[in-house]
Order: sequence, then structure tokens, then C-alpha cells
Amino acid sequence: MTQSTTPGVLLEVREASRSFGHVRALDSVSLTIAENEFFALLGPSGCGKTTLLRSIAGFEHPDSGAILLGGRDLLALPPNKRPVNLMFQSYALFPHLSVASNVAYGLKREKLPKAEVTQRVAEVLDTVGLQTMADRRPAQLSGGQRQRVALARAIVKRPRLLLLDEPLSALDRKVRAEMQLELKRLQHEVGITFVVVTHDQEEAMSMADRIAVLAEGRVQQVASPLELYRHPANLFVADFIGTSNLLAGPSDRERLMVRPEDARLVTPGEGTLSGTVLDTQFQGGTSTVAVEVSTLAKPFLVCEPGATAAVRGTEVGLVWDHSVVVGEGLA
Amino acid sequence: MPSRTAGRAAGRAAGRRTGLGWLWLPLGLCALFLYLPILVLVAMSFNGGGSAYRWDGFSFRWYAELARDSDLIEAVVTSLGIATGATAIATVLGTLLAVGLARHTRSKMLEAAAMAPAILPDLVLAIGLLAFFYMAGIPKSALTILLAHAAFGTAFVVAVVRARLAGSDAALEEASRDLGAGGFSTFVLVTLPSIAPAVVAGALLVFTLSLDEFVIAYFTAGPTTETLPITVYAMVRTGVTPEINALATVLVLISVTVVVVAARAVRRTEKS
Amino acid sequence: MPTRSHGGLGARLRRGVEPAVLLGPGLLFYAVLVGVPVGLVTGYMFARRGRFGGVEWELSLDNFSRVTDSVYLEVFRESLGLALVATVISLAIGYPTAYAIAKLPPRWRTVALVLVVVPFWTNFLIRVYAWIVLLNSQGVLNDVLVGLGVVDERFTLLYTPGAVVVGLVYSYLPLMILPLYAAIEKIDDELLEASTDLGAGRVRTFLGVQLPLTLPGVVTGSILVFVPSLGNFVVPELLGGGKTVMVGNLIRDQFLKAQDWPFGSVLAMMVVVLLVLLFLGQAWVTRRVEGGARA
Repeated sequence: MTQSTTPGVLLEVREASRSFGHVRALDSVSLTIAENEFFALLGPSGCGKTTLLRSIAGFEHPDSGAILLGGRDLLALPPNKRPVNLMFQSYALFPHLSVASNVAYGLKREKLPKAEVTQRVAEVLDTVGLQTMADRRPAQLSGGQRQRVALARAIVKRPRLLLLDEPLSALDRKVRAEMQLELKRLQHEVGITFVVVTHDQEEAMSMADRIAVLAEGRVQQVASPLELYRHPANLFVADFIGTSNLLAGPSDRERLMVRPEDARLVTPGEGTLSGTVLDTQFQGGTSTVAVEVSTLAKPFLVCEPGATAAVRGTEVGLVWDHSVVVGEGLA
Repeated sequence: MPSRTAGRAAGRAAGRRTGLGWLWLPLGLCALFLYLPILVLVAMSFNGGGSAYRWDGFSFRWYAELARDSDLIEAVVTSLGIATGATAIATVLGTLLAVGLARHTRSKMLEAAAMAPAILPDLVLAIGLLAFFYMAGIPKSALTILLAHAAFGTAFVVAVVRARLAGSDAALEEASRDLGAGGFSTFVLVTLPSIAPAVVAGALLVFTLSLDEFVIAYFTAGPTTETLPITVYAMVRTGVTPEINALATVLVLISVTVVVVAARAVRRTEKS
Repeated sequence: MPTRSHGGLGARLRRGVEPAVLLGPGLLFYAVLVGVPVGLVTGYMFARRGRFGGVEWELSLDNFSRVTDSVYLEVFRESLGLALVATVISLAIGYPTAYAIAKLPPRWRTVALVLVVVPFWTNFLIRVYAWIVLLNSQGVLNDVLVGLGVVDERFTLLYTPGAVVVGLVYSYLPLMILPLYAAIEKIDDELLEASTDLGAGRVRTFLGVQLPLTLPGVVTGSILVFVPSLGNFVVPELLGGGKTVMVGNLIRDQFLKAQDWPFGSVLAMMVVVLLVLLFLGQAWVTRRVEGGARA
């Protein structure tokens, strides 16, 4: 059996499967992740993304399949021997150790000389902007600071791959936006491949180079954010990412998808469809108009720039510049 | 002037919020019921006369008597030895068992089994052990009591440490593994520090339980082994003397100290 | 071609070692010092008594039929009665006390709980002994009663069934208060406020909301008082003066005096079966209350 992989590929998951009783958490999942990529595993809770992440880290074991890192079999190694580090959702900072000791923990396990440990800890705390917090305990830090410590503790090990489990979920909205940018900057700076698990599509879209969308233990689509948005592989991806209007398709098993910003309101009778304005919502930069169409189960949404001129209860026509045919079933 | 009235009104409101009203009554009565007998014992221990009932002037003579009672002192030494040995065994086995249960199994059966000696009536465990030592031909001695106390003590350590582990994040141990530590390093560097207060509290618990335990000791003691409770039982059965009161006072003092220390340890656990 | 996970065997072996190291010693210790003894007692139930203690391993069911002897039935009736009275009194004292503790400010709550626990950690025999001092005809309680003119003559309260009940309540009251406190403390105050808001008075709120929600605590506390009361042989002996014989005394005597181990084993296992049944009942009550609370 060959272990070699294509050059530039760092991680390869081959037909990994894992069942918990009757639930198939991973159903023959295959993926490749390139060197220096910022990769996201996206899906609703229970889709298998966390099982996949924990399998790479070594805390779960696939029933079958293989996981290779740079061509080497990862599954043969216990978690403490894998050149992979995980940033936990709860951060899992050791409460009885100071910030510096938390960060030094992994380096000490490598039996590095004391001076090198001290130097690398200082460097990484500098990178994440926590040099003044070195002697504090985790309980004395804010949520954002704790996250930086967790990140520093993982990247100081210089792993080939950094796994981040819902890295922003514990933070409030404002800090979250800051940390999105920060994570991207750091990934560039340290040159480590990042794999983020998230259920938040906006988070995945704004940070990742490529995204794998998972549902029911299977990979639905792997693509760049733009590709996912413009050309979703199936109905699930179309619905999960962004907002979509779904119309009858060319065949029974296909639907036609129109994004709200690709549609426009026209005078009644001139459009491809027509309906009655049900509601308008002003969001600042844009407005959303919901139009009730007799042939559709859900209102058709149109996104207009600025404030809309549409009036509730009036008849309107609908046209669009761009539409995509998507398949109904899951992968 | 107006601010003073406002302050008083606020004080009254706060008083009402924390006020217990008629609930002071059961609280007071219960405290009286629990502590009056103990207080009478303590008071009577300073009785100068020879009666455990009739006050005859203040004196420390019964404490002096206590210090001279060589049988009693021997029993105390035996009990302390048994409690120390039982605590050592129970703390090690109980801590390992609690961590194993919390981290490596979801079996309800095993959990129930680990708690069984604490739930089983002491009399049943006592006759079972009596039967076991008889069948196995092991002569009853201080050692058999030690083993018996270690068995039920283990269950109490499991209970205390398990409760602490339930509140702790299993991700901490995973994080340690992830950062390159093996199973043993993780246990020593991460698991133990996080459960240390519970381990101490569990050990104190076993120590006091063993020191006070009567039923199992009574059934598994050899003919010449006298633990403190066995001696007290013999003393109480034969008559009521102020010397027992003095002994009681000392024992109450020890219990209070241990409970307060254990409560502090548990509180520290909750804070961290 | 699907690749089998070949790291499987080594990794699985490694994963098996850790649980074995952690769980093995304790479970082995239990097997010898708890499992074997309980198994022996179970086996003894079906054996014949040995002449000088111990047993003869001959299958016999006589031990079970002896239980229905009227002498023993009378002991059971009295034991169950006394244990039940002790449980009810503990509940009557324990509930308001636990309720009051739960309403204390958090700082004082810990202090109150420690105060409840301290007597329990005081030597059991000493606690029983204290009541001999109090209840004796020469004792403190008589001094007070005669002094106040409540009674004209000294009389002994000791060596009566009442004294046994007092001793049992005193011994196990903390075991009633702690689970009750845990149950009461857990109740969301807003539930009680909602009941009041919807027009229920204090009594209605207590009976309709508070009591049903704390029922698991009531049941747990009652079991924790009732079962050890049945098995207690020290209190009936020291405070009942040997006139009151409870199941605990009967079991003790079979093993240490009459040397009828098989019959003693039957009696002891009856207590265990009762305990198991009561715990199953408790689990059922808890499930019902918590299922109801979630709905």
C-alpha cells in the first residue's frame, strides 16, 4: 500500500468512517488539505465535524480508513506523539498554572533546554500580545485573552497542523470580529496550516481559503467560499450557506436557486414571476423585500441596495440575472 | 436627615429580604436538639465529683484520669494505626478508581459497584467480612479491621473525588495529551493538581470514619484487639462515669477540627 | 480501495492499559473484601448452622421458614414501627430545618451545614451515651422537669421504646437534613413566585409546588434514616435497655451469641433486599419528578 501523497498536500483523510451505536458520525470521509492552507470544516451540530477534528488530534479513532500527515500514518500515533495541536473550544487552560507555565507546558514535554523554553514562550506571548500577562492565572484573564493563551500554547509547539475547535464561539460579538482578523494575521505570520471547525457559516466564509461542508457524516462539498456560494453542490449547501430562493428546477430531483441580491423588483407583469409585497426590512446598507408568490411555499426574498421603494401590499414582478441548478439529495 | 431615613428604610428592606421569620424557630430547636446533649457532656466532663449527673465543682481531674488510663491509650494507639493504614489504602485506590470511572467508562454497573460498600448497611458488611475471614482462615486482628475499613473508605474517597471530577473539564487532560504529555505525566501534572483538595477531603473523611467506626470493628476484631469505639462501648455498657465525658469532649474537639478543615478544603475546591 | 485503520491494534492496546491501571486495583480489592463476603452471606442463607459458628454446606431452606415464626414476626413489627416513627419524626424536624438553611444568606448556609454535620462525625457511641446522661432518672432532663414543677417525682425516661426512637432520630437526623437541603436549594425561587402570582396561597404553593419538587429529597432522606435504624443494635441495647429488640439485635445475636449464621444471613439479606427495593422506589420518584419538571 502506498503512503505517498501529492506534493503540497499536508493532510489526507481517506475514507474515514466512525459509528457511535447506530449513528454514523463519519461516513467514508475523504479530504485533502494543502500546506499553509486555512481550512474550515463547516456544518450543523451532529454533522461529524468534531469527530473528524478529534480523529486528527487522536482523541477519536476511526473504525476504518486512514489519516495521513505528510504521507505518514497518523492513526498509529497516540495524541501526545502527533505533530498536530488542538485549540479546545473551552480553551482547556490549566487553572493551576500561570499563563507562561501553560504555554511552556508542551515545550517541557519535548525536554527542550530551559533557556530555549523561556525564549520561545516569551516570543509567542509577544506574538499574541500578552507579554505583560505572563504571570497571571487563567482565571484573571478576559475571554479574548484566554483565547490568545490557548492559541499561543498550541502554536509554540510549532505543529505542522493546528486544529481549532469552534475557536470564536465563547467570545462576544465584538471580540469575535476582532479575533477573526487576528487569526488570519497569525496564520500568515506563523505559517502553520489551520483547520477550523465551526457551525457559523459567516465565520468560515470570512476566514477560510477553502471550506468543507459536512452533513450527516458525509462531505457535501469542498470549495472556496465564493464557489460554495455561487455554485452549491446540492440543496443542503445552498440552504446552509447564505440565503436562497428555491424554485422549481428542470427535473424532479433538481431545483433552481436564486440569491436575493441577484433578483430585482420590476413592474407587475414584466417579471419572470409576480407576487405581492409581504414585508420590507431595512438593514442599513441594504433592504430585504419579501414577496409572496402563489406558486412558492416560502416568500421570495429580494435584496436591494439602500432603502427600498417597495410598499407592502402592492403587486410586483420579479427578475434575476443569475441562477443555478442544484440537486436535491445529500451527497 | 432625609438620607438617614432612607438608609434606615433600605436597611429594613434588606432585613426583610434576608429575614427568616418563623423559620428561626425550627432552626433554633434543631440546633438545641443536636447540641444540647453534647454541651451537657462537655460541661459534666469538668465535674469534680464522681457522678456523671450531679455537679460537684469544677475540676480537670477526669482529664488527668483519662491520661492515666493505659487501656484507653492503647486503644487510641490501635485506632490511630488502623485509621492511618486504612486511609492510605483507601485514598490511593479510591482516587485511581474515581479517575478511571470518570474518564474511561460509562458503565452504570461499575459506578454502582464502586459505591456499594458505602451504601451497604454496615452490619451486612460486618457479618460478611466475619464470614470471609473465618472461611479463609485469617485470624481476626487489627489488620483485618484495617482492611475492612479500607474497603468502605475507598467508596467514600470515590464519592468525593468523583464529584470533583464531574465538575472538572475532561478537555484539560486531553489538552495535556495534545501538548505531548503521556498518560502518567498527565495524571501527575494535570489530573492530580485539579483534584487535590477533594483527595485531601476524602482522606480526612476516611480517617475520621475509621476512627469512629464501631460495627465492622466489633465483628472483625480479634479477641485482644481493642479499638477506641470498642473500648468506649465496653465502658458505656458497664456504667456512666465522668471519665467518658472527658473522653467525649476530646473526641468532639477532634471531630470539629477535622470537619472544619475538610469544609475549608472543599470550599477551596469550589473556588478554583 | 478502502484502507483499514492499521494503527488500530497498538493504539487500542495502549488505550486498554490505562483503564486497567486505574480501575484494576480498586475493583480487585472490592471483589475480595466486598464481593466475596456478600456472596458468602448469600450462600449461607441456604446452608445449615455449624455447631460452633460457621456453617455446614448442606442445602436447606429451613432458615427461610423460621422467619415466619411469631416470635420473629413480632420483632419485625416492632422494628419497622420504631424505625418508621424515627423516620417520620426526623422528617418533621428535618424539613423545616433544611428549608430554613436554604433560605439563609450563602455565607451562613455553609456554617449551618457544617453545624449539622459536626455531631454526625462525632463518635456514634458517644452520641448515644449523651442520651443516657440526659434521660436517666438522675439525669439532666429530670432535674429540669422537677425543677420547673412539671413532674413531682423523678422517673426514668431511659429504657423505653421512646428513648430508642430519640436515639435513632439523634443518630441519623443529619442524613435526613442534607438530601432535603440539596433538594430544596435546587428549586428555582421563580417557580414559587409564579405559583403565588397565579393566585395560590402559601399552603397551596407548598403542597402544589414545593413539596412535589422536593419529593426525591424526602424519599432519599427517609431511606437514609429508615434503613440504618432497622439495622442498628447499639441504640436499642444502650437506650432500650435490651427490652426493645430490633432486627439489628437479632442479626448480631445470630452471629455472636446463638452462632446460627445461616439464619442471621437470611435476616441480613432481608434488610439488603428492602434497601434495594427502597432505592428502586426512590429512582422511580426522582424520574417522575424530574421528567415532570422538564415537561
